[in-house]
Amino acid sequence: MSDNQFPDAMMGTTGEYSLSTTAERSAVVQAPGEAPGKDWVIVTRGLKREYDMGGEVVRALRGVDLAIRRNEYVAIMGPSGSGKSTLMNLIGCLDTPTAGEYWLNGLLVSKMSDDALARVRNKEIGFVFQTFNLLPRATALHNVELPLVYAGISSDERRRRAKAALEQVQLDHRMDHRPNELSGGQRQRVAIARALVNDPSILLADEPTGNLDSQTSEEIMKVFENLATSGQTVIMVTHEPDIAAHARRVVVLRDGVVASDDRRSVFKQSVGLA
Amino acid sequence: MSFLEAVRLAFATIRVQKLKSFFTLLGVMIGVMFLIAVVSIVEGMSRYVEDDFAGALLGVNTFTLRRGDGGFGPRSDADWREIQRRPRLYKPEVDAVRAALPRGLVSSIENMTFAYASSPLARPKQVQVVSAEDSYFTLKKYKLTSGRPFSPQEVTLGSKVIVIGSEAASHFFPGLDPLGRELRIGGSPYTVIGVIEPQGSVFGFSLDRLAIGPYTSPLARVTNPRGDVRALVVQSPNPVVLDAAMEEVRTVMRGIRHLSPSQKDNFAIESSASAMSFFNELKGKLIAFGTALPAIGLIVGALVIMNIMLVAVAERTREIGIRKALGARRRDIMRQFLVESASLSVLGAALGIALGVGMAKIIAAVSPLPAGVALWSIPAAVTLGAGVGIVAGLYPASRAARLDPIAALRQE
Repeated sequence: MSDNQFPDAMMGTTGEYSLSTTAERSAVVQAPGEAPGKDWVIVTRGLKREYDMGGEVVRALRGVDLAIRRNEYVAIMGPSGSGKSTLMNLIGCLDTPTAGEYWLNGLLVSKMSDDALARVRNKEIGFVFQTFNLLPRATALHNVELPLVYAGISSDERRRRAKAALEQVQLDHRMDHRPNELSGGQRQRVAIARALVNDPSILLADEPTGNLDSQTSEEIMKVFENLATSGQTVIMVTHEPDIAAHARRVVVLRDGVVASDDRRSVFKQSVGLA
Repeated sequence: MSFLEAVRLAFATIRVQKLKSFFTLLGVMIGVMFLIAVVSIVEGMSRYVEDDFAGALLGVNTFTLRRGDGGFGPRSDADWREIQRRPRLYKPEVDAVRAALPRGLVSSIENMTFAYASSPLARPKQVQVVSAEDSYFTLKKYKLTSGRPFSPQEVTLGSKVIVIGSEAASHFFPGLDPLGRELRIGGSPYTVIGVIEPQGSVFGFSLDRLAIGPYTSPLARVTNPRGDVRALVVQSPNPVVLDAAMEEVRTVMRGIRHLSPSQKDNFAIESSASAMSFFNELKGKLIAFGTALPAIGLIVGALVIMNIMLVAVAERTREIGIRKALGARRRDIMRQFLVESASLSVLGAALGIALGVGMAKIIAAVSPLPAGVALWSIPAAVTLGAGVGIVAGLYPASRAARLDPIAALRQE
């Protein structure tokens, strides 16, 4: 499939990147086996994931079709049990699907080996977790350096890039502190710096504000907003509608399938936020 | 993650948990410590035997003709009875043997026993009494601090003269010049005519508590009451002549004793080399048994490390999950834990080497055994330590490497 079928991501007049349209998405999703164009960061086609729970098969995902273009800021929402964690694990290359295709940045990752997935996680994905998941005994700087260690980057270069990433989240003055010496918001900002340090294709956040108070949550959302504005593809998994409403586009999962996939304004209306 | 990176990480982890790490490596440390100590002691002993014992007691390029062997090595009851049935060695045989010896060889009769000696100035004391010929001093390379050795004439005459060791001199004649004084052995007085310079000790046995007189003097009644010759010591200037001389002596002796070719020798010819061969056999056994026990210690040490590493993997499941999420491959996690357990073990080995060397030095200081630290044992111990660590870490590390990142991240 050629790329010029779809227009390149364009800056809107408001400084925001334009969203993909429903027609564009369904076109790219309904072409099984074909590599999507390079401006599509994530394309899933009939993604299924089943678990064997003591002889009983649990179908967490029943065929998710999803297309996310570069520079989009997308929230994946859904009640517990909707399969959003499973989807997030699959998108994050921590897990492989039972059936279906998953293309990440032009790579068919659904068929990859364990070690190949590790490389993809290292290069393409920046994780931000609800519980921060920082190494408790390492300093902020060292935590941020960690993905670069596994990318095989020299220690001088690592240090330089980790410092730059911490500056980006305004935490360079705290870089020699350990996580237990930092506030929740600061910890999450360290985690964001760590996620960004290897220049990933997507920033994948799992309930990034779940452990934070509302004021700090706003602060973190501001960071995400700035990142999205600067062109970073952001995917955020959450069950809170008001957090999801920060994204430009909201995908709602229900019972393992996509229930709705709308731009923010439509979503806000549907949940009564606007 | 590079190897160096993994080593740095391992030492950072070890540093954070100093006490726990110490207890983890204790087993390996103790194992290596005893290993080094045992090897050092055996090594020291063998060097000691080679340099001092064989040299000082038996002499280099020297062989001894006697009735039975000197008693090195195990001897069964049957062997013992066989030796008792052998004919004794007498002067005519010795003369015949001597006549057949090539030129340039030094030989001396050597009759030796332990007996009490006394002087008016000190309590009686047991000394090593030797009755020999004048050539004995050349043969033993004894140097005299004062006086002179006895002369061939004195041997011919059977003069009651005696040359004593330095310890005997200081014991029997404290603060006095012993020359010309009398030393009584076996009821007879002997005039001291010389003092031998200090010879040191072998296995804690002093070589200076010594008295040597002519074999023709009444001293022979003490050293060889049956009138036989206990031993003929022969020394050659080089090993080639020595071997030829030994063969010659064997031929002559077999001729004198009318031994048919099927009969075994009923006398013993012994050189320092033959004594050493027994010791080398003993050394091999000592090393084998001496290292078996510390080896068990090392196995226990390996089990401890394996256990602690399994606990560490369980404790750090979340860390492993984080590392995997951030791009650590299986081999990265594997390497991290293997390097950690190997580092612990090598650290233990290093401490064990230090303590083992210290222990060897202490043993050398407080006992007559000079422990010589074998240089090869140090790299061997480090390699062994690393090997133990890697073997012990293999299972825990592979468990860590195989962890599912999602489950690992979920763990509290």
